[in-house]
Amino acid sequence: MNNILNDVFVIAVVSVVTIFTRAIPFILFPGDRKIPKPIIFLSKVLPCSVMGMLIIYCLKDVSVISAPYGIPEFISIAVVVGLYLWKKNTLLSILTGTVCYMLLIQFVFI
Amino acid sequence: MNNNTFKTAFFDSLPVMAGYIVLGAAFGILLYDKGYSFIWAFIMSLTIYAGSMQFVAVNLLAGGASLISCAVMTLLVNARHILYGLSMIEKYRGMGKVKPYLIFSLTDETYALVCRGNPQNTDKKKYYFYISILNQSYWILGSVLGALLGSAISFNTAGIDFAMTALFVVIFIEQLYSKSNIFPAITGIACSVICLLIFKSQNFLIPSMLSIIAVLCIYGIITGEAASKNE
Repeated sequence: MNNILNDVFVIAVVSVVTIFTRAIPFILFPGDRKIPKPIIFLSKVLPCSVMGMLIIYCLKDVSVISAPYGIPEFISIAVVVGLYLWKKNTLLSILTGTVCYMLLIQFVFI
Repeated sequence: MNNNTFKTAFFDSLPVMAGYIVLGAAFGILLYDKGYSFIWAFIMSLTIYAGSMQFVAVNLLAGGASLISCAVMTLLVNARHILYGLSMIEKYRGMGKVKPYLIFSLTDETYALVCRGNPQNTDKKKYYFYISILNQSYWILGSVLGALLGSAISFNTAGIDFAMTALFVVIFIEQLYSKSNIFPAITGIACSVICLLIFKSQNFLIPSMLSIIAVLCIYGIITGEAASKNE
């Protein structure tokens, strides 16, 4: 019961903060108010940096100094990137990369 | 005209349908793997409705993260939505009653569709609304299906969470096509790796974000792009 309550709180917090990030520009700049240049600059460059950070976040528990040395991750990311550069199809890249990773960790690098 | 607007919105949303059902299903399966039924998938997709953040939220739920770190994490992952909002301020003006929903449902994919404006012969307000609500229905459908399938699937789903890594990698590559993103991209990776080495995997996110913002601000000032004076 305690756990369920905690889960509900987590979901509520994530939901409210998500709504906040989507609504804040509309709240701060109603009508014709001018958007300050530094904010426009940050909003242009930040998304790409955050994506880089999220990739590292996903890989944060991968060890490169002990077996399997992050090899499954490296191969699968290479597949995702290669396939995307070749076919420009988001879905195909994600699906193939994920299947590749699952096969690698389940059958090759056990 | 009403019918025509719906039809146009539906056809425009088809690529998102494919993406959301597959990604939503991956999310649902992952959630089921961590011991949550399809009801949780439904509630999360209904109230959070943010693709990448929902994947992260699965870890937050299963890992017993504190509410503060959940809030900070959400802020970091979804900070990019601020950009979407900023560029939709004009287009979403005068949307009346549906405006709160349009803002609530402004995901990456919905933004990708609505930022192009509405096609000719369609009602602006209805078009944006149909696109937004159709996309969310696909997402909810996918995630619930995934969670239901999760219980029926007999194969080993270990590693399915790589779908999230793959999603981020693809978005990252997409952004790299724009030359002005190369420095921010390197900054994002470099700051995160350095902070990961210093602060370890439990605590590296907040220092990463702060150092990224600091580096980008310095970069902006040097290149003159962030100057507060207008040219």
